[in-house]
Amino acid sequence: MHKHGKISSLKLKGKEITIALAGNANVGKSVIFNQLTGSKQIIGNWPGKTVELAYGKLNYKDNEIILVDLPGIYSLTTYTQEEEVTRKFIAKEKPDIVINVIDASTIERNLYFTLQLIEMDIPLIICLNQIDMADKKGLIINFDKLSELLGVPVIPTVAIKGVGLKELIDTALKNINRKPSKKIKYSRDIEDAISKIIDYIEDNNIVSPYSPRFTAIKLLEGDQELIEKLNVHRGLINYVEKISNKLMKKYGQPTYAIIASQRYMYISSLLRNVLNVKEPHKTLAEYLDVITTHKIFGFLTSLGVIISLLLWTFYVGDFLSSIIEKLFNYIFIASPNLQGTLFEVFINGALGGVVAGIILVIPYVLPFYLFLSAMEDSGIMTRIAFMLDTLMHKIGLHGKAIIPIILGYGCAVPGIFSTRILETRRERILASLAITMVPCSARTVVILGLVAAYLGVEWALLIYGINIAIILIIDYITSRMYPGETPGLILEIHEFRIPSLKVIFRQTINRTMSIIYLVFPLYIVGSGLIQVLYKVGIFGYMDQILSPITHVLMGLPTYTGTLLIFGFIRKELILLLLPQITGTFNLTSILTPQQIFSIALISTIYIPCISTMATLIKEFGPKDTMIITILNISTAIFIGTLLHLFYTLFP
Amino acid sequence: MKHKSVSIEEYLEAIYKLSRGDDLVKTTALANYMGVKPSSITEMLRKLADKNYVEYIPYKGVKLTKKGERLGSKITRKHRLYEVFLWKVLGRRPNNIHHEACEVEHGVSDETDILLCKYLGSPAKCPHGEVIPACDINVSSCQACNVELSGRTTRKENLRPLIWLSEGDNAKIKFIRGESKVLRRLYDLGLIPGTKLKILRRAPLNGPIEILVRGSRLAIGSDIAINIFVSKD
Ligand SMILES: Nc1nc2c(ncn2[C@@H]2O[C@H](COP(=O)(O)OP(=O)(O)OP(=O)(O)O)[C@@H](O)[C@H]2O)c(=O)[nH]1
Ligand SMILES: [Mg+2]
Ligand SMILES: [Zn+2]
Repeated sequence: MHKHGKISSLKLKGKEITIALAGNANVGKSVIFNQLTGSKQIIGNWPGKTVELAYGKLNYKDNEIILVDLPGIYSLTTYTQEEEVTRKFIAKEKPDIVINVIDASTIERNLYFTLQLIEMDIPLIICLNQIDMADKKGLIINFDKLSELLGVPVIPTVAIKGVGLKELIDTALKNINRKPSKKIKYSRDIEDAISKIIDYIEDNNIVSPYSPRFTAIKLLEGDQELIEKLNVHRGLINYVEKISNKLMKKYGQPTYAIIASQRYMYISSLLRNVLNVKEPHKTLAEYLDVITTHKIFGFLTSLGVIISLLLWTFYVGDFLSSIIEKLFNYIFIASPNLQGTLFEVFINGALGGVVAGIILVIPYVLPFYLFLSAMEDSGIMTRIAFMLDTLMHKIGLHGKAIIPIILGYGCAVPGIFSTRILETRRERILASLAITMVPCSARTVVILGLVAAYLGVEWALLIYGINIAIILIIDYITSRMYPGETPGLILEIHEFRIPSLKVIFRQTINRTMSIIYLVFPLYIVGSGLIQVLYKVGIFGYMDQILSPITHVLMGLPTYTGTLLIFGFIRKELILLLLPQITGTFNLTSILTPQQIFSIALISTIYIPCISTMATLIKEFGPKDTMIITILNISTAIFIGTLLHLFYTLFP
Repeated sequence: MKHKSVSIEEYLEAIYKLSRGDDLVKTTALANYMGVKPSSITEMLRKLADKNYVEYIPYKGVKLTKKGERLGSKITRKHRLYEVFLWKVLGRRPNNIHHEACEVEHGVSDETDILLCKYLGSPAKCPHGEVIPACDINVSSCQACNVELSGRTTRKENLRPLIWLSEGDNAKIKFIRGESKVLRRLYDLGLIPGTKLKILRRAPLNGPIEILVRGSRLAIGSDIAINIFVSKD
């Protein structure tokens, strides 16, 4: 679950061949990457899933190939983090060849990026993916003509079905070291300007990380990163400025605008010879589109999808859980036991951990991820972002931020990573703050296992409702105190797709398996340890320290202190360890319904778990992590006390 | 004489606001907005029609002509820019500056309009949240306006902000207001002056607008769409 993006960066050595996949967002790069390397990159129908480089290995016809999956971007001018990652990778690591993956159904916009890759003057081939989607839209593309006009080999593919991928790799291997054979020509003045700058660079022996032509064009476009890098050569920068100003005067537009429009003009005229447009097929997807973004139904569907996710998880999870529990009872009965030697106590506790993990965690996590993966692959995410933009602006975010937050319902770690699709640090922190309080699948287990099981589903839903309200309020307040502007929404919307069963199943299995690998050892050690420590009596001390908060303010039993400490490691331990600590599976005999409700609600918001905290530190540094954590803790204390007060006033 | 032209401008401004450019405005709605009796504005509407500012359809309402829209948007722009000036620069409170702006707008020259706009950093909205219409200089971005002021020409067509368009409308991008960061992003995505687009749908509550441009679909938040000016087909 936490293996997001950065699969160990294998050192690129001499004898392997490095092939990089680059292109716009959501074109199918990761599908190709997974198909070829058997990796587990996240796939879904919304832009911005891959946010870091991912490496994978592939042995093909005696070649050792390292495939690199790059984040999807729209331009090579550094504006977003992802663009910088991609450009630096291509310039620094110098892959043997770049495969530019294009979504054939939006070819015109995709080619804008292609032209810039051609300008980089690197070995390049084009993978024209999603031919099936283009077909549905009535776009007939003449591949040979496209290849001829661009001077780059073009391979049509349908990656999701594996069609054309063999040819793709064959072609890539054949064209290593073969650079594009054509140049993209601009108008006379721009070409003059480019060659003047190239001359200047060459006359003065200026070293740029990129090819002279690419450097000249990017300087003309006012590329910030490159200008900073070459700033020592004041002469060059001044020279470029002088040329740019002259062009601006003549065209009445900034140079980047002139260059961008000429690229698009070039593409339009190219497509006149390549593209044939026929009547598109009417598809089911279009009707879905109408419903999901209807003025009223749209909100209802957005809400309905999220509620269905929870109900589905509960009912399917409950069903699976009861079946597994019955099966287990045939084999042996594990009940918490504090008798015997310390070793016996440990083993008994550890066994309890395994059993609880299998009975309580897996059954809920599995259906949850099944539904989430289906959501991701359908395209509903961008519709929800579209519908909720206005609401999100109220808490200092824009619509796109809802996507990482929904991912946070699965696990906070990938959720926080994916905040990289947001433009500013402020937004990323506000969204991450929200994500730390969203009930992830671990916390869902706690809510469902405690509240839904003992009090009823409606109370569990109430917890989700209250949780959303808390998040909105906390983010609202924080966004007021954290000055800065929220940039507007610009989001590409892709056609709805019938989710691919293969993708969904694989994604579900991958995510569930990583839970098993990663956290089962924790359950085992955690539950074993806690029983031992409990017997030894260490927790009494910690419980005492925390009791002013847990007992006095929130009205909970003192052993909640221990639970919350372990919950910091993994949130579901709060549920799993409850029987170990109290010595019974029948929780209603020791906790009042109010206390159950409080524990579940508090556990969703009181602190980011340890892996979340590590992610926060990695992304934002210790200071902001600290602030987020303090906000979590104080919100939890406040809410817990409020609930206690409420129970006392209205028993 | 002077007084009369002022009231013509006031009426055009009101119709412009109510019609968002080209909707039909009911006489009663206009009278309500101006705070007068419906019967008393007929004479004014006839006069506006005589001068070819509006089309007047008795018992139905009025519609701005191209000429009327042009003048209406110009006055509206001056009004709202001046409000921003009072608010941002002089620190006046937004709640009682409307009337003062109504007086001043008729006296602001086109030259001052442009300088005010530049000085204020090409604002998009007045303090009350209403769109400031585009200027009529023939440029495609504010950056261009900063480069060259002399020898400029005026635009022939009337521009409307994208947020005023309805689902199904076709339009052509003419001018994008604002800072270069967003401008670059929009250009990269193919929203270049001269590009045709179609409004696919609009989210409720002043939410984003989804457009079809160069074969791909983009959702644009209303705070960006307010700065994209188009001419309707
Ligand atoms: N119909 C069809 N769908 C495809 C094809 N290739 C990929 N997809 C779908 O396109 C969507 C995006 O695929 P990804 O591989 O995640 O795209 P990506 O380029 O890695 O996207 P980012 O990481 O967000 O930049 C998924 O929903 C895939 O199922 C194809 O050939 N045909
Ligand atoms: Mg990807
Ligand atoms: Zn105003």
